[in-house]
Amino acid sequence: MPSAEELKDRIEAAIPDARVDVTDLTGGGDHFRAKVVAPEFSSMSRIEQHRRVYSVFGAEIGGPIHALSLETRAE
Amino acid sequence: MSDTTENPIRDAITEAISEHDVLLFMKGTPERPMCGFSARTAAALDALGKPYAAVDVLPDPRIRQELSSLSNWPTIPQLFVNGELVGGCDIVTEMYESGELAQVMGVQPPSDAPADAPVAAEPGAPPLQIDNKLA
Repeated sequence: MPSAEELKDRIEAAIPDARVDVTDLTGGGDHFRAKVVAPEFSSMSRIEQHRRVYSVFGAEIGGPIHALSLETRAE
Repeated sequence: MSDTTENPIRDAITEAISEHDVLLFMKGTPERPMCGFSARTAAALDALGKPYAAVDVLPDPRIRQELSSLSNWPTIPQLFVNGELVGGCDIVTEMYESGELAQVMGVQPPSDAPADAPVAAEPGAPPLQIDNKLA
């Protein structure tokens, strides 16, 4: 079961210079909310920003990570 | 990607997206949403007062698989306006609150529409577990 800390680490490892804050919404390790601020988002639409973060987790989204609510912003 | 495939579910999804100006893929129905995120997205659309079409992805897991592979978006709900993916619950909520949602849908928000996206369920409430009797 993933932890908020693990999700934060993986997003930071995948997206250069990202500032990431992850909350476990239910305490159950499957519903998370992430705020991600990253320089590379400045050239992306909001849809592309969310896709970029989802892509870090691939098929885990909808699987072990049941829900990942996102708030993204360019640096 | 060709327009017709050997995949009837994918074809039906493509057709539905092209036939409806505003189409929401969700868990459950607008009247009876089966997940907090779907409920919240439907509530934002309801508040704008423009009729929309909705597809329940729960009866057949292949709908969700094909939709996500088509849209390159992993989660449900997914809102399409004029054939384009607008986003999921987070983006729709943000766009409701900024006024962009009414703009892309080509409507004036009703004067009684709440400024904040209406909360139809506990934020982050886990989806209800239901028996899928149609699969």
